[in-house]
Amino acid sequence: MQTNQLLAMFSGSLLLLGLIAYLLGRSKAVRVRASGASMYSQPDQYAWFTVLSTAGPALAVGAVASILMLSLGAEVSPLYLLIGCLLVACIGLVVGIQMVRPSFHARQAIESVIRFILAGAALISIFTTLGILVSIIFEAIRFFQMQNFWDFITGTTWNPGASFLEAAGRGKEGASAAQFGSVPLFAGTFMITFIAMLVAIPVGLLAAIYMAEFAPARIRTIAKPVLEVLAGIPTVVYGFFAAITVAPIIVGIAGFFGLEASFNNALAPGIVMGIMIIPFISSLSDDVINSVPDSMRQGALALGLTKGEMIRDIVVPAALPGIISASLLAVSRALGETMIVVMAAGMRPNLTANPLEDMTTVTVRIVAALTGDQEFASAETLSAFALGLVLFVVTLALNLVSVMMIRRFREKYRVNNL
Amino acid sequence: MPKSFDDISAQLRARHRKSARLKWISMGALGLAALFLVLFFADMLVKGLPAFQQAQIQVEVDYSEETSKMPLKAVDRDMSRLVSRGFLRLIPGRMEDNPDLLGTKKMEWVTATAEVDQYLKGHYSRLKDDQKAIVDQLVDEGRAELRFNSTFFTSGDSKMAELSGIASAAMGTVLTLLVTLAVSFPIGVMTAVYLEEFAPDNRFTQLIEININNLAAIPSILFGLLGLAVFIGFFGMPRSSPLVGGMTLALMTLPVIIIATRTALRSVPDSIRHAAFGVGCSRWQMVRDHVLPIALPGIMTGSIIGLAQAMGETAPLIIVGMVAFIPDVSASLSDAATVLPAQIFTWAGEPERAFIEKTSGGILVLLAVLITLNATAVVLRKKFERRW
Repeated sequence: MQTNQLLAMFSGSLLLLGLIAYLLGRSKAVRVRASGASMYSQPDQYAWFTVLSTAGPALAVGAVASILMLSLGAEVSPLYLLIGCLLVACIGLVVGIQMVRPSFHARQAIESVIRFILAGAALISIFTTLGILVSIIFEAIRFFQMQNFWDFITGTTWNPGASFLEAAGRGKEGASAAQFGSVPLFAGTFMITFIAMLVAIPVGLLAAIYMAEFAPARIRTIAKPVLEVLAGIPTVVYGFFAAITVAPIIVGIAGFFGLEASFNNALAPGIVMGIMIIPFISSLSDDVINSVPDSMRQGALALGLTKGEMIRDIVVPAALPGIISASLLAVSRALGETMIVVMAAGMRPNLTANPLEDMTTVTVRIVAALTGDQEFASAETLSAFALGLVLFVVTLALNLVSVMMIRRFREKYRVNNL
Repeated sequence: MPKSFDDISAQLRARHRKSARLKWISMGALGLAALFLVLFFADMLVKGLPAFQQAQIQVEVDYSEETSKMPLKAVDRDMSRLVSRGFLRLIPGRMEDNPDLLGTKKMEWVTATAEVDQYLKGHYSRLKDDQKAIVDQLVDEGRAELRFNSTFFTSGDSKMAELSGIASAAMGTVLTLLVTLAVSFPIGVMTAVYLEEFAPDNRFTQLIEININNLAAIPSILFGLLGLAVFIGFFGMPRSSPLVGGMTLALMTLPVIIIATRTALRSVPDSIRHAAFGVGCSRWQMVRDHVLPIALPGIMTGSIIGLAQAMGETAPLIIVGMVAFIPDVSASLSDAATVLPAQIFTWAGEPERAFIEKTSGGILVLLAVLITLNATAVVLRKKFERRW
């Protein structure tokens, strides 16, 4: 491939220039020092500075130019770009050599360049968030140009079936117009999340209470890694387990009571997702309960409370902000969980309150929209980004509230490790 | 009315009973979680262990002019239904490679179809009754048996269950994780070093910190949308490739590595830094020569845990198209590839019973690798942890 060859040429010549810069800079510094002048820095540091001044600007120019080219769509031959960058590198080399003189602080110059590079690395995490936001919003706006925003939020029918005809300019031919009412998707998402929380919060919280208040040290050292294993199982594995093992069991149990259950019922992914989240809640709650000051426990016991009353009336209320914050984080994780629902929940948007029926979720529709054989500009594909935007906003809000609650807890008890 | 002493002691007993009940209930909750783990592993082992065995049958293969054109006739008509099509298709090629075979008849052990395999393992099989009788007879004659399934580890995906394996997915996983590590490790460590050792405590730094914590909690599928829109859509990188998948996962792994590195850097005592400054080191020299080497075990542990997380991640990779059907093992960063969890996902969607077994087998391999990785991290931490 041509770009690959050019890239190889570029890095090869840049390496060569860097080596030349190192040798030239070092030899000049050694020469200056041998002539009797006292220099601020070591020869090696001058040498490294010349390398930086050679490679740094060239790389920066190359990166900026390629990004500009991509975003403006300008057609500049990559060969010119390559030559331009190498020219910049040569200029940098000459300037770098010039700078090797006794009065120049090479070490401090390197220091500030490194600080600059490190700050640049730290910026990448910001760019990631921005990138997620921009890429989602951009496509979501395209979606809302095609579909009414209000219908998307309040509509109760999700039927993208005919949207590919519209994308092909034959919208009138479809038997029914495509409808993108997201209410059934959110109903399904919240139903499955609710089931998951029904499993995860009681079990996780009680397990945390046991580990923090009752368990002897020996059991703690066994139980913690066991719960961590639960957290380390990939979600695709949980999904397979929910679809192949749990769902048939639930259908069987429902059949025993004379109820009709779908093999894609909402209960199976909900329960398995709850199990997945147990370690999440238990480890966070465990930390919070452990950081409730012992003086409160001692006071409670001194007043004659039993241990159970102390936990129920003193420890848990004191830890409540932390527990709620853990639960909110867990809800946000359950809302965004994908593989379990893709594999075990249904594909049919279904507005129902019966967890034994099949229902679909936001993440399932995102995956379905992006793995189908739709054209990228079709409304169905773009709907994935609109759904993603809502998901992003909801989880972000939950995370922020959770962070604020844990901060309040931390300030109240002056805990530093949370 | 004052209560009698008996009343009060009865009340006390009730309160203590209640307290004990809380203890048992909470213990039960922990037990429930552990019970689930045991059930889960038992279920996966029962379903997955048979995948490491594969039925083989001994048949007479006829290498002749005719069968080089119609390989289906190379074995007995009754048998050809029981022998994997994949083997039969190879016959002409083998005769070309080895002309001596022409005109000979040989008894050979060959891979049986998935249906025979399932029948031998006692599962539901679509074999007809007369075919089952033949298989039973073969077993009695010692001409059909379950052997170690090396195909599972050496071949890529296939539409025929008996010939499908995890090799191409394993290769894809290795390549993807290499990209992930190459991108996220330097950036993550540099970010952490900046935040812990260089950055002043101002608005900008706080923004980065909040942002990193938030990034760790964003649903993984949204990273897939980012990868699709930015890496594939904007930069035009090849779809389904380990390059795109690895970079998407790298952004996900970044917060894990940053948080772990910061913890490791924070546990290095300040006296080390003071000593380095005292002998005239610049800040970067202090970090490079003294703080980083001490913090390295902690950084490695965090990176391994982050990598293990990335290894099990599927959702963002589905979005960037890494659920491709990859029959051949390819070692290129820009070719279409698949990874182990995505392979598990693909197999889980296959309707044949035999693929359930393959899926569980793949899951066992994946879990084994993940547990090994995590155990390595724990051992590293135990071995190099220093208390100051």
